[in-house]
Amino acid sequence: MSALRLAEAAVPAPPTLDVERIRQDFPILARRIREHPLVYLDNAATTQKPRQVLDALARYYSDGNANIHRGVYTLSEEATAAYDAARVKVQRFVNARASREIVFTRSSTESINLVAHSFGRRHVGPGDEILITHMEHHSNIVPWQLLCEQVGAQLRVAPIDDSGTLQLDEFERLLGPRTKLVSVVHLSNSLGTINPVREIIAMAKRRDVPVLIDGSQAVYHMPVDVQALDCDFYAFTGHKLYGPTGIGVLWGREEWLERMPPYQGGGDMIRSVTFEKTTYADLPHKFEAGTPHIAGVVGLGAAVDYLVGVGFEAIAPHEADLLAYGTAALSEVKGLRLIGTAKEKASILAFVMKKAHPHDVGTIVDTEGVAVRTGHHCTQPIMDRFGVPATARASVAMYNTREEIDALVRALERVREMFPL
Amino acid sequence: MSDLRELYQEVILDHNRRPHNFGELDGADRHADGYNPLCGDKLAVYVNLDGDRISEVSFLGSGCAISKASASLMTDAVKGKTLGEARVLFEQFLALVTDDAAVVDEALVGKLAVFGGVRDYPTRVKCASLAWHTLRAAVEDRHELVSTE
Repeated sequence: MSALRLAEAAVPAPPTLDVERIRQDFPILARRIREHPLVYLDNAATTQKPRQVLDALARYYSDGNANIHRGVYTLSEEATAAYDAARVKVQRFVNARASREIVFTRSSTESINLVAHSFGRRHVGPGDEILITHMEHHSNIVPWQLLCEQVGAQLRVAPIDDSGTLQLDEFERLLGPRTKLVSVVHLSNSLGTINPVREIIAMAKRRDVPVLIDGSQAVYHMPVDVQALDCDFYAFTGHKLYGPTGIGVLWGREEWLERMPPYQGGGDMIRSVTFEKTTYADLPHKFEAGTPHIAGVVGLGAAVDYLVGVGFEAIAPHEADLLAYGTAALSEVKGLRLIGTAKEKASILAFVMKKAHPHDVGTIVDTEGVAVRTGHHCTQPIMDRFGVPATARASVAMYNTREEIDALVRALERVREMFPL
Repeated sequence: MSDLRELYQEVILDHNRRPHNFGELDGADRHADGYNPLCGDKLAVYVNLDGDRISEVSFLGSGCAISKASASLMTDAVKGKTLGEARVLFEQFLALVTDDAAVVDEALVGKLAVFGGVRDYPTRVKCASLAWHTLRAAVEDRHELVSTE
């Protein structure tokens, strides 16, 4: 064997994604909508769930349901073990240092609100500033507005250019001596822009400003390593990474979480309670008051297993191919304008069409079985920035195919017939 | 395509392309703004009253074909009507777009019957009814933004 062939053997070719096999795992993809096969292109809103997740949920409720951290009986011990095991899965998934840095919440929204309340009340005061970008989801705008109102702080917004790319120099200029926190989306839900989070974090770090990254859209398209990123908080949600709704995650750097006061009070988050003095539980329980969404956590663990099993090394090139194919195909549609054309992009194809309102576009493509989102996508400032009332948005996930992009384009031809140029 | 044509009837597409009574009414007696946060539709309705009668009515705004056509056909339908007659028409219209079992007075609803197809698209009911809610706010002289949510 030559040296060359040895090298080839040592470095396996990148795995390709067997999409047809993947699709078999998602029962909903067999559905028909208005007599057409379902073409599900609203993954940025929520992804579909593989059988492995559905089975884990059913198994938990039919075979393992009990409250956790309570009983000494077998069933409760099993439920506690399953809950704790899922936390470790999530820890490994984002490469956190310890599982106690993983806090389970309801959603990304709650994760951000937790930081706004708990970190905000302790570390942000009158005249201080919170820095975000123009492309944030409402869930990464409104909690900061509420905080600013409460403590007399200021919200600063870094601008984006016409392609939907963050203006990094402007961002750096806005990082000032009063900036107490930077909170930035990793992957924009309405533009698809991937922000240069490493540079953003490095800029903030040079000024000792902690950084929260909203990773809701990123975590199911690309590997995330919170230690390599060197951020301080990372928020995401289960239902976008093929898991159940109602379960979110906040990863927080232990040093911050230790110093932050509890977010909500109640059971499970205390060490001891008397009417005179209550002491709080250790991390992460300090931030998990009340009976948590145990089934959701178990389902999230199964989703993480599934995603890791398929592997980003196979998913990312497939989704990149769909994005490139879709961008080219949509660019051919007459009178269509893509909103969000940043160089660094993933998954999202948002657009408007001349003579046809996005809402009409959504209804018409639905009659062809194609599900896209229409509206402002909880990012009204972006709509204002691009001068559109709304957009139609297709967003791809691992189980989508080029044929489904073709189906979208065919459906858009129906739109053109109804609303000619 | 067939059930889509039920929704997007020719009359609707026509009024979307060339809306009637489109524009601001200078010095209008009454006026209100409506907003559908779901799709970003915004429209304003202007009314001149002659006693109890709607003597002039117009609208301005941007929106989907359903909301624009609905506003256009509404202005045609209520012009010259008394406020009481307009209210009855609004009730008939709401029944038409929401209630499968609704018995509507065909003579009364007239051209508005083209919105019957909206029934099969529950998310679009708000598009069709935004103009009517805004009209009601205008004649009642309410100035807060009318929202469909």
